[in-house]
Amino acid sequence: MSTELGLTPAQTVGPYYSIGMTRPGTEFVVPADHPGAITISGRVLDVNGDPVPDATLEIWQADADGRFDHPDDPRGAVPGFSGFGRCGTDEDGRYEFRTVKPGALPDQAPHIDVLVFARGLMHWLATRIYFAEETSANAGDPVLASVDPDRRHTLIATEDLRFDIRLRGDGETVFFAL
Amino acid sequence: MGYQRDTGLVHAPHYSPEYRSSMLRAPSQPLVVLPHRLTEITGPLFGESDVRPEESDLTTQHDGEPLGERIVVHGSVRDGSGRPVPNTLLELWQANSAGRYQHQNDQHDAPLDPNFTGNGRCVTDAEGNYRFTTIRPGAYPWGNHHNAWRPAHLHFSVFGRALPQRLVTQMYFPGDPLLDYDPIYQAVREPKVRQRMISSFDLESTVPGWALAFNFDIVLAGPEASLLEEPHVD
Ligand SMILES: [Fe+3]
Repeated sequence: MSTELGLTPAQTVGPYYSIGMTRPGTEFVVPADHPGAITISGRVLDVNGDPVPDATLEIWQADADGRFDHPDDPRGAVPGFSGFGRCGTDEDGRYEFRTVKPGALPDQAPHIDVLVFARGLMHWLATRIYFAEETSANAGDPVLASVDPDRRHTLIATEDLRFDIRLRGDGETVFFAL
Repeated sequence: MGYQRDTGLVHAPHYSPEYRSSMLRAPSQPLVVLPHRLTEITGPLFGESDVRPEESDLTTQHDGEPLGERIVVHGSVRDGSGRPVPNTLLELWQANSAGRYQHQNDQHDAPLDPNFTGNGRCVTDAEGNYRFTTIRPGAYPWGNHHNAWRPAHLHFSVFGRALPQRLVTQMYFPGDPLLDYDPIYQAVREPKVRQRMISSFDLESTVPGWALAFNFDIVLAGPEASLLEEPHVD
């Protein structure tokens, strides 16, 4: 019989998270010469549309074949691709990751999970990046389908792989409860 | 397969206006519930090879010794069903003993300590236990409201083994009078729940003549099979 334990509540990362959470090169999921390397970039904006210069983003995604290097993937772990990146925003609220485009997953369009941490956020915010060119896969994606059609576009990166995150207000990005 | 979800009693509401920055940054729309699929039942894994053993000692990163009260901070990382979470990365950051961060934006009129950066990492052992050696941080003022001071705290980041387990929190010290006035701590609505963030003084683990000790256990979302209501908060 297992013991039921109360979960530890989250608290904000505060303004000085970079002391503990920033290391050089974590925004590079793959090296520059990696086949199929892409750059995804964007800005994090607040309710006024002002840049959020003290956010950090973490991404988690499958490899180009839609596989994870993780033992809990029931299809088996495929080693070799870390799938993880972390990038802080600059004074303009800008971030930039170098990674590969994830492959499709069973019944899901290619996507990248994103966690946003910042001063002012009690707990991380989760969102997803989808890809504009995946028109038919996106149309069949159950997560996109679960989102208000008027807000779905906030989850889709532009053709040139820009993905802005609006934390609050007009054009607010869709965030998920995990 | 999936992970336990917050029933609304654990984490603070994102929009908590007593914490002023949340008014600019917390979403106004309700979160969309995301069933845990492949991308959410997995997550980044880090192991012992990702950290150096000396990273868990924040008092030996410079030529001299940092000022302040030396403390051991240790505990377990478990999931909601009580199972240890072994081999998971913890990141720690904090102010120095005077309440000043080694950060360009921290303008608090308190001294920096050339022998203290305030950054540590470690990985839990096979039983899910961790241990840091550091300095007890000072309280510091902040601009949230008139004469606002943060209670002394350590910032903790924990990965777990899947995204729903990802947690960033703060550890507080027992008996701190500032807790009653802190909108970040108080934003967790249920008193018994927020008290989980207060460490306990641990006489057993003190190092005689050298360091005091505090115990801080961390509980991450567990597998859904064990999903029950939030345990009784009494
Ligand atoms: Fe702090």
